[in-house]
Amino acid sequence: MKDLMFRIRKNPELYTGAVIAAVISFILIAGFLFSPYDPNAMSAAEKFAAPSVSHLLGCDNFGRDLFTRLCVGGVTTLFIALATVSIGVVFGTIVGAFTGYYGGAVDEVLMRFNDAVLAFPSILLALVFISVFGSGTFKVIISLGIVFVPSFARIVRGEYLRCRNLDYVRSARLMGAGDLRIMFVHILPNTFPVLLSSTVIGFNNAVLAEASMSFLGIGVQPPDSSLGRMLSDAQAFLFSEPSYAILTGCTIAVIVLGFSLLGEGLKKHA
Amino acid sequence: MKTVLKKLASFIITVLLVTLFVFLAFELIPGDAATFRLGTNATPEALERLREELGLNRPFFVRYFTWLYSFFFGDMGQSLSYGVSVRSMLASKLPITITLTLMSFVMIVALSVPLGVLTSKYEDRMWARSLDALGQVTMSIPPFFLGIIIMYVFGMIIHAFTPGGFVSWQTDPVRFIGYMFFPSVAIALPKAAMSAKLLRTSILSERKLDYVRTAYSRGNSTMDVLYRHVLKNAIIPVITFLGMTLADTVAGSLVIEQVFSIPGFGRLLISSISNRDYPVVQSIIAIIAMIVIVINLIVDIMYRFMDPRMRERS
Repeated sequence: MKDLMFRIRKNPELYTGAVIAAVISFILIAGFLFSPYDPNAMSAAEKFAAPSVSHLLGCDNFGRDLFTRLCVGGVTTLFIALATVSIGVVFGTIVGAFTGYYGGAVDEVLMRFNDAVLAFPSILLALVFISVFGSGTFKVIISLGIVFVPSFARIVRGEYLRCRNLDYVRSARLMGAGDLRIMFVHILPNTFPVLLSSTVIGFNNAVLAEASMSFLGIGVQPPDSSLGRMLSDAQAFLFSEPSYAILTGCTIAVIVLGFSLLGEGLKKHA
Repeated sequence: MKTVLKKLASFIITVLLVTLFVFLAFELIPGDAATFRLGTNATPEALERLREELGLNRPFFVRYFTWLYSFFFGDMGQSLSYGVSVRSMLASKLPITITLTLMSFVMIVALSVPLGVLTSKYEDRMWARSLDALGQVTMSIPPFFLGIIIMYVFGMIIHAFTPGGFVSWQTDPVRFIGYMFFPSVAIALPKAAMSAKLLRTSILSERKLDYVRTAYSRGNSTMDVLYRHVLKNAIIPVITFLGMTLADTVAGSLVIEQVFSIPGFGRLLISSISNRDYPVVQSIIAIIAMIVIVINLIVDIMYRFMDPRMRERS
């Protein structure tokens, strides 16, 4: 118990972040799985119904249960962020591993290109892909996924550059391990501490990017809902029903707060 | 001199790479300008004639350099949906987006430097800690949500401004700046919190170094040490961050324009994406990319001025 207190005091971000992220994800996923309401079932009689026992947070402009919609939208947002980051991590790791391990001309060229892409604000880059691919949930995932590859490639490359001549790699090489085995069996696990914190930070950026794109109306398309999309709908009723916008926005803010603290804590921990 | 040339070379390469990327991305979209202009019912002969006329059947790199050349001389082609030149559409919008970006950037600097210095100077005080926690929360609020909150509180309850009541700078410059104030705050606050935090951690870690103890032992006051020694070194990572932030602010203003119904680049970009008005989208993205690259170049040069160690290393 004392030990735990000591750890919390040493790295408060990690534990606060983990708790906030876990609680909000749990609520959203539980609501998504177990809510008795259909998120798209409209009911004119219950338009903007006040919070009650049957509708925990009341209803929206079409009389749909707001809590259920927040959960479904939140899970969509979390899912898109997770898928996006996975694309970024997998392809970023492959590119980073090869360029960092082998170096040479290919590395030079790819990293120049990488720098050029990284100089771009990510939302702008995503807009380029969206205008080429079109909008919709899966297109958003692909667009944002591509956007996230360069930053992960850069991080992984740095780690491989650092590790490729360390003693354990040399001894593995002496024992006759092939390049691929060294890269993915020996070095890869050593990049995990750094990769983990950047994955969480990347996840956070993905949540924000998806929310911004759907807010602008070029991300997730109806009838699918995401938190960004809901916030943009809610803005129209800001004056008469401010709680709709505020609840939706706060859900995004809590997710971001939790995961950003968690990412920072992991970075400190690594 | 050598480094300047090197920087310039890498700047030109970046410009070429980025414009090539933007050009290539829009080449990949099925259908070309001829099909867009004539519609799907056009005869193959008519399409071929227009392609010849527009130079669409020339080799890729010829088209790319022609596009790049005319882009830099201000000829960005015709809008597909409005039939007017893209340049005339963008000319009136650019000052709006630039004003928004610059106003929020000034706010970020004006807020974060004093806040970072104060919270590190009084790091153990209760108010400094609460400010720190408040900063952490502010960072987590997406700018567009912050914009909505500001709009609700200042626009609908306090009536400090009229939501949606945008005034063009040509009609009334003072009211234009006044309307841009709250959107700028929405962009600036989260970024200011981030950069204040960065400055604070940077000052705190600098203060542990030997040269600070030496400076104290020579009889300097706390203020002297902080402003003449520590801040000079601690501000360097913050400059890098601010450079990145300026680039981000340009992108952030695209979203905020939507919240506050400001008819700048952002709204035009979004509506053009929905209308598939590619020449407009391509030009806006290329312009913003140019702005970002130039900002990065300036930050890089400033960096060298601020930190002599960087000059020696290269």
